[in-house]
Amino acid sequence: MLTTLLIVVPLAAALLVWILPLSAESTAGLALLGALAEVGLWAGGARNFDFSSQEQQYSASREWFSDLGISYSVGLYGFQYWLVGLTVVVGAAAIGYAMWVGRDRPRAYYGLVLFLVGSLVGVFASQDLLLFYVFFEAMLIPIYVLVGVWGGPRRVKATLTFVLYTMFGSLLMLASIIAFGISQGTFELADLGTSSNDWIFLGFLVAFFVKAPLLPFHGWLRLSYTEATPEVAAILSGVVSKAAVFGLVWIVLPHFPGPVDDLRGLALVLAAATLVYGSVLAFRQPDIRGVIAYSSMAQMGLIMLGIFSVNDLGLDGAILHSVNHGLVSAGFFLVAGIIETRFGSGELARLGGLAKGRPALASVVLILGMFTLAVPGSTNFAGEFAILSGVFQRGWGYAAVGAAAIVLAAMYALRLISAILHDRRASATRESGDLVGGELALVLPLVAILAVLSAWPALVTERSFPLDQPTSFIAGQEQGP
Amino acid sequence: MIQTPHVDWLALSPTLALLGAAAIALLGAVTVPRPALRAFSVAVTAVGFVVSAVFAAILFDRSPDPTILLSEGMTRDQLGALAAIILALIGLVVVLVSWGDGRKDHVGEYYALLTASAAGMVFFVSASSLMTMFLSLEWFSISLYVLCALDTHRRESLEAGLKYLIIGSFGSGVLLFGCALVYGSTGELGFSAIKEATGADDPLFVTGMAMILAGLAFKVSAAPFHMWTPDVYQGAPTSVTAFMAGATKVAALVLTLRILVTAFPEQAEIWSIAVAVLAVASLAIGNLAAIAQRDVKRMLAYSSVSHAGFLLIAIAANSDDGATSLLYYLIPYAAATVGAFAVVASRERELGRPVSLASLEGLGWERPFLGVGMWVFMLSLAGFPLTGGFLGKLFVFSAIYEAGWWWLVVIGVLATALSLAYYLNIVRALYMRQGEVSPGTVVAAGGSPPRDLLLDAAVAAGIVVTIGSFFFVQPLVDLARDAAASLPL
Repeated sequence: MLTTLLIVVPLAAALLVWILPLSAESTAGLALLGALAEVGLWAGGARNFDFSSQEQQYSASREWFSDLGISYSVGLYGFQYWLVGLTVVVGAAAIGYAMWVGRDRPRAYYGLVLFLVGSLVGVFASQDLLLFYVFFEAMLIPIYVLVGVWGGPRRVKATLTFVLYTMFGSLLMLASIIAFGISQGTFELADLGTSSNDWIFLGFLVAFFVKAPLLPFHGWLRLSYTEATPEVAAILSGVVSKAAVFGLVWIVLPHFPGPVDDLRGLALVLAAATLVYGSVLAFRQPDIRGVIAYSSMAQMGLIMLGIFSVNDLGLDGAILHSVNHGLVSAGFFLVAGIIETRFGSGELARLGGLAKGRPALASVVLILGMFTLAVPGSTNFAGEFAILSGVFQRGWGYAAVGAAAIVLAAMYALRLISAILHDRRASATRESGDLVGGELALVLPLVAILAVLSAWPALVTERSFPLDQPTSFIAGQEQGP
Repeated sequence: MIQTPHVDWLALSPTLALLGAAAIALLGAVTVPRPALRAFSVAVTAVGFVVSAVFAAILFDRSPDPTILLSEGMTRDQLGALAAIILALIGLVVVLVSWGDGRKDHVGEYYALLTASAAGMVFFVSASSLMTMFLSLEWFSISLYVLCALDTHRRESLEAGLKYLIIGSFGSGVLLFGCALVYGSTGELGFSAIKEATGADDPLFVTGMAMILAGLAFKVSAAPFHMWTPDVYQGAPTSVTAFMAGATKVAALVLTLRILVTAFPEQAEIWSIAVAVLAVASLAIGNLAAIAQRDVKRMLAYSSVSHAGFLLIAIAANSDDGATSLLYYLIPYAAATVGAFAVVASRERELGRPVSLASLEGLGWERPFLGVGMWVFMLSLAGFPLTGGFLGKLFVFSAIYEAGWWWLVVIGVLATALSLAYYLNIVRALYMRQGEVSPGTVVAAGGSPPRDLLLDAAVAAGIVVTIGSFFFVQPLVDLARDAAASLPL
């Protein structure tokens, strides 16, 4: 019931926002109210969520298209609960940011953002393969318009590239879903057995690799993350990319153990290559968003390393790091947006020396930067450490590449920090002042959550999979109930 | 004492209701004074379509088992009844769209012909002999030829009418020749009698079957028999285009399905490959050509060719699921197509010139309701979730996968990916502008015509069916399954 509510509340809020002829302010207020209600719902649900249970929780199931064995079936395990939590928190922050900046055509805008949040929750809560696909595709509809209408000057190219890449991947996945589901006679994830068909497996893999994105499927990334409004970029990099994590952990690993075994090497090499490539490119980008975009890609590569190591440490680390990266990257995109509106540009060459007289901005950028480079003691460090230990068991080479990437992360993060805060290159940066209350209220909650996770990373890692045994849990799904 | 033959009036009632309405509308054209003529014709034909749909629904309810009537002339079954319901509802929506078309001449004739054509289609989908099939095909086709050319002051309309007449007649000729060959080799006209009589390896018989399929493919506008489609769709009055794209396709596909599975089940091996080839050709040509179009009606014409491809895949499956998925697919397809042409018609009336992609620019902001409608229709035609178009494609692909033709699924999926290029291009035109324009700006493109409530109602109906068929898929599929059960599959 709660899961259904979590899906329906944002969608209902979106409908209200579209229908009610309210002023810009009240529309934004209503949207924020919806998003906060969603966070409250999630937090309330967390109190009764039994993380040690083997059972799916808050599940709901309804007949929908019984001729094909498709049902509306949702429910949550621990790791899904965290991903949903990430969605609702980032969604609320994004709507808050939009409210702070003010957007043209507010009714359409907030409605679409809420719709996006609702479909993301649906993606993470699906227990039916086809329902998953429905939400997976449904989230493209708002993204297409959000980027294409409210984005920067090259928005139309950005949005077309994004949609074409994603649809190419997901239509292949649709073919795979049909082949897999029809041959098994059901689309219910719990009832689906395993398949050893490499082609079906590849259909899923490509879709998720485009979404993550992994090399060489990342062609859409730079433009979308740069041209979208900051809050949409925050959702894109923070949450939408995690749909790939969910798909791999909950669809690919349990149902394709054979192909995963066969092609693990390929996936790990791609992930490692993505990690290095993204980090190097992040180091070379001329603007804030470029750095975050490619750093985001690199972090997804790291998460993929964790997933494809297919062991307890790697999977726990992948989930924790997904949450970390979602929060950090969303926070960074919002800060990038704040800097861009304030100083008229996100180009590093035109920024610099912002630390002077702006302690709050400087602290926020520094803290987020520290999380990005995974300073020991941060939750990102915990995540990366778990992933690297996990992948080490698959081959020390991957772990070595991963460790090298941490150094690269330090390089681009420190370059970003110093370019924004310290270098004295800029002339256009005199007038604007420090972060004000409203902006802090957006960013600080994200930082606070990161701080809590830093103090207690086991909150996520020990509560993602029943009995804290990801591999045996996933393997248990193979046999069906 | 003269023995009167038994007439099953109920089976004929959907057709007769439409014929009656057509007759009254035609009488009205000469008797009702000009100022009241439009209101009179719209009222009469709208009532005719509603009554026809109601009769068809009753017929659906009371025909659990197929019965053959009129000495094998027609079949009373749920397949025909369901198709009749869909056809009548399409006609009703088209009447709503036509209300504001500003037609000065031939008002009464327009509505009379529209209704007569729909009556022909309603009869056509129940036809069960070569003779009635051909007669009712000509019945609705001739009405359509005239409808296409009805805007006598526009050259494009005349051109469309002439083209459709010539190519349509050629198609009919092929069909008739095929019927003659089949009759010649079997000596039978009735579909089920042909099945009993077959000498399966008779080359004349197989040639006849191929020619019948080709003749029907003209009406389905499946490639490579689609050449007339873009020109005719573009030139014909937009409401007529809407009717052709929606209703003709429904009628022609339902009958193609019926004749193939009732008359030629023994040759399924042959025709399912032929149908699959037609499907692949339609998918390839329709989608590739649509990408290059700038005129929206022309683009939608090629889109309808590509959908003929998807629908033929369902026929190629030659299974119960295939027939069910065909019937289900037709519902959101017809709703989205007719709705999209309604939006185009509205823009055309506003601007007073043909609608190109450029002239859709900003429509989404200027006319939010029509914009949302167009958006929904494009997403449905492209097969996005939350619209019936998605489940239709899914169902068709499942059916063909179960029939063992996995490569058709791959082709269908690739075609869907290709089709996004032009469907999303329309959405782009509706909402997005290039360059440094803030989304707040409105570019006024034309005048502001008075709000056309009936057209809005038509678009609303399209939206409701398109989205409703996604959420309430199972009840519709149950209906489609019942209807498909009246076929010997």
